[in-house]
Amino acid sequence: MNAALAPTPAPHDMGGPAQPLLIVRDLKKHFPVRSSPLDRERKFVHAVDGVNFSVPKGKTLGIVGESGCGKSTTARLVARLMPADAGELIFDGEGVEEFRGLRLKEFRRNLQMVFQDSFASLNPRLTIAETIAYGPRVHGIARADHQARELLDRVGLDPSHFAGRYPHELSGGQRQRVNIARALAFDPRLVILDEAVAALDKSVQAQVLNLLQELKAERQLTYLFISHDLHVVHYLSDYVMVMYLGQVIESGPVERIYGHPAHPYTRALLSAVPSMDPEHRTQASPLAGDPPNPINPPSGCRFRDRCPHAHAVCASATPALRDMGRHSEHLAACHLNDPASGHPEAHQEQRP
Amino acid sequence: MSAPLVSIQDLTVQFHGARRASALNQVSLELGQGEVLGLLGESGSGKSVTLRTLLRLHPERHTRTAGRIRVDGQDVLALRGRELDRYRGGTVSMVFQEPGLAFDPVYTIGQQISEAVRVHEGVDQATAAARALAMLERVQIPQARRRFDAYPHELSGGMRQRAMIALALACKPKLLLADEPTTALDATVQIQILLLLRELQRETGMSVIFVTHDIGAAVEVADRIAVMYAGRIVEQGPVGQLVHQPCHPYTRGLLAATVGHEHRGRPLEAIPGSPPDLAALPPGCSFAPRCSHASERCHRDIPPLEQQGARTLACWHPVRLLGEAA
Amino acid sequence: MSATLPLPLPAAAAPAQPSRSYWTVVWRQLRRDPMAMASAAVLLLIVGAAVFAPWLAPADPYKASMIKRLLPIGSPGFLLGTDELGRDLLSRLMHGGRLSLLMGVVPVLAAFGIGTTIGLLAGYVGGRVNMAIMRVLDIFYAFPSVLLAVAISGALGPGMSNSLIALTLVFVPQVVRVAESVTTQVRQLDYIEAARMSGAGAFSIIRTHVLGNVLGPVFVYATGLLSVSMILASGLSFLGLGVKPPEPEWGLMLNTLRSAIYSNPWVAALPGVLIFVTSIAFNLLADSVRSAMDIRK
Repeated sequence: MNAALAPTPAPHDMGGPAQPLLIVRDLKKHFPVRSSPLDRERKFVHAVDGVNFSVPKGKTLGIVGESGCGKSTTARLVARLMPADAGELIFDGEGVEEFRGLRLKEFRRNLQMVFQDSFASLNPRLTIAETIAYGPRVHGIARADHQARELLDRVGLDPSHFAGRYPHELSGGQRQRVNIARALAFDPRLVILDEAVAALDKSVQAQVLNLLQELKAERQLTYLFISHDLHVVHYLSDYVMVMYLGQVIESGPVERIYGHPAHPYTRALLSAVPSMDPEHRTQASPLAGDPPNPINPPSGCRFRDRCPHAHAVCASATPALRDMGRHSEHLAACHLNDPASGHPEAHQEQRP
Repeated sequence: MSAPLVSIQDLTVQFHGARRASALNQVSLELGQGEVLGLLGESGSGKSVTLRTLLRLHPERHTRTAGRIRVDGQDVLALRGRELDRYRGGTVSMVFQEPGLAFDPVYTIGQQISEAVRVHEGVDQATAAARALAMLERVQIPQARRRFDAYPHELSGGMRQRAMIALALACKPKLLLADEPTTALDATVQIQILLLLRELQRETGMSVIFVTHDIGAAVEVADRIAVMYAGRIVEQGPVGQLVHQPCHPYTRGLLAATVGHEHRGRPLEAIPGSPPDLAALPPGCSFAPRCSHASERCHRDIPPLEQQGARTLACWHPVRLLGEAA
Repeated sequence: MSATLPLPLPAAAAPAQPSRSYWTVVWRQLRRDPMAMASAAVLLLIVGAAVFAPWLAPADPYKASMIKRLLPIGSPGFLLGTDELGRDLLSRLMHGGRLSLLMGVVPVLAAFGIGTTIGLLAGYVGGRVNMAIMRVLDIFYAFPSVLLAVAISGALGPGMSNSLIALTLVFVPQVVRVAESVTTQVRQLDYIEAARMSGAGAFSIIRTHVLGNVLGPVFVYATGLLSVSMILASGLSFLGLGVKPPEPEWGLMLNTLRSAIYSNPWVAALPGVLIFVTSIAFNLLADSVRSAMDIRK
């Protein structure tokens, strides 16, 4: 997870294949909560609270978690759609913070985003082709229209049929294809998919997932895939990061996370998925209650309110992300995995 | 089997707006006492329209309804005035997808549930309040007494959905209609609500129609699943049979397109294309344009819904012959 | 399974017709709405009569006659009777429409232009700029619009151009408020974020993505203001702050005819009826346009 971070001055690519495409360090975003204008005491939603991760080139990092866990805010911070309160973004070895003006524009072209709401992410007054060509045209690319038609063709929409249409004339799946085409218009290196298939019908979702996989292979894309659907994350991701109340509580290669989850929350999340077998229905809910409010997160481990293994130490000490083996890339933040933590069950919970 | 609680025959619903859309075409359904039916389908399949028609929620000015609906011996489409009011909430009640929108924000949860009890059963305020509180406890809302006096916005999504279920069950309906009740919820909360619904159904013996687009959720609660596509039921059967041996190409496609861990590294078997426009349905089987088994006949004639053992099926070329299991 | 995705489009999902532009769809909706067509016809009649008044009017609107004062409706030669100075009322109503409609339309157009600009700015920039602009405008909001129009008009002095300015000032804050709230909504939509992701500048985003989606709702709101403007303009004239006699103008005519309200009520009411009919027609048409513009159905 750590690599040489010497900033390379080369304008295009290459900190080499070993250099992660994106490194995020200690990312923070707190939103003030307005209770009343006369209230002196200000409260904050700890939307993203010290998040670290990296995405290797050509891989997909899936971010999962429930509503309010900060996964979408993380995506927007990485996309620089809102300023972070603290933290560092390193894109292919270069610090993004230093980017200003033209450099920022350049950076943005490398990083595109597909949003959940296929309708809200298309301007209702522009035709499909205009929408796709808009970005390149702003940058003065002459063949923008021609390129837009090629992209439409690539995402499976016949340009002669669709180029002149308006978003409301398309189905949800077709609109999401348009959004993907728009994201590809700059030949980006990182694509952030923020619940990009969540609103689609199952039969259409599979089409779009296939398309995403093909495009990734074809264009050497790197994906940051944000979703609440564990099946889809499992299917698409190489690495998975689980967030809870603004913090990363577990991350690692997808087989490790799904095969040997080390955090009680990850385990609960995985077993909350409905069984597909009527003979073996889910008998008990793994967790009680709703995800708590991120305004006043509990002290220590934020999951302790809902955790079946919670102990006094969980309230007093915040568990750090620890490697679950030697350089296994599998990290989890739970006292159960740390024999030195003082948690009475810790020794029983050691990894196999 | 005794007379079914719900019997829908040849129900056809059309909407007249700027365009004419056929939302339901010749839908027939039966539901026994204490049975749980999962109505599975994607957007525009007609699953929600079926529920809303059962409660007569569509504006009559723009809706043309044909066919027959009988629930608990009453002809639902003929109900008027007070009878309709008693039917809604008394015989049948509904749980919505967005509990935040189904509650009135200016009254407390407790007030709204007691009001429903008072209106339907004509009991006094104190009895109604006691019943409401008991209902809140029954749906496992922690600290029910405190939540009784809470306003809807003060509850979390999962608590609101529990309160919604309490409201729906307060008048002991014989039939509960659940319209995607868990879709808007987080996974860990969804499973709690599904388990709660299953438990309440077992305790009360009511019948449930559970509408969802999520096969997993349907499998968790339903005895029987009816798959809808473009306003028609295409396949119906006991949940085990349907999941393990789907016969209709659409059901099969839907199951194949539901991502599981075994799919990693392979392309998914997606159903190509998108669902048809309800204002311009194809002349034959609505699924034919997307179906890999479609023949000329499929494009020409609508396949009838035929009973085959425990299952009903509307397909000219079923994926698997039903006789082979026997 | 092949690697690329075949996408046979169902014939139904993609009807083979040329794509229609947004306004074609709106127009088609509108044409099917009987209320919209009726209102448009009434407005067309009134506007036509006003525009072509010099050629269509049966008599000279200024020619008074002491012996033909306050003739009733249907008098020979005077279809709608005469006013308190014996002038032909039909001709005066037709000529009066020119000023009245002008007073209705010009302030709204001006306020539409000015208000949308300010509102877009406030809504798109947001933050403190928004706060400053909106709080200043709130001061205007503290007064009822009639009072405000009278006060500004009084301060500027009587006269038609001053009335136009006064009315414009009354409407600007209202338009700004609508434009600002629509812009704030639009600005949060994902397609604006997507445009920002493409590295486009604020000006380009406003021009391509914000303006088109803000103009519609603001335009509809402004259409609704036309009737208010006409009534306020008439009110100013009625009070002697707007148009001066002997110019024909509906509000002013209502004022001068009020002495005849007991002797010949029908004639005296006519200018008022016209103000009423015109503003109702404007309102109904605006309502229809509003619903027709929501083409997602």
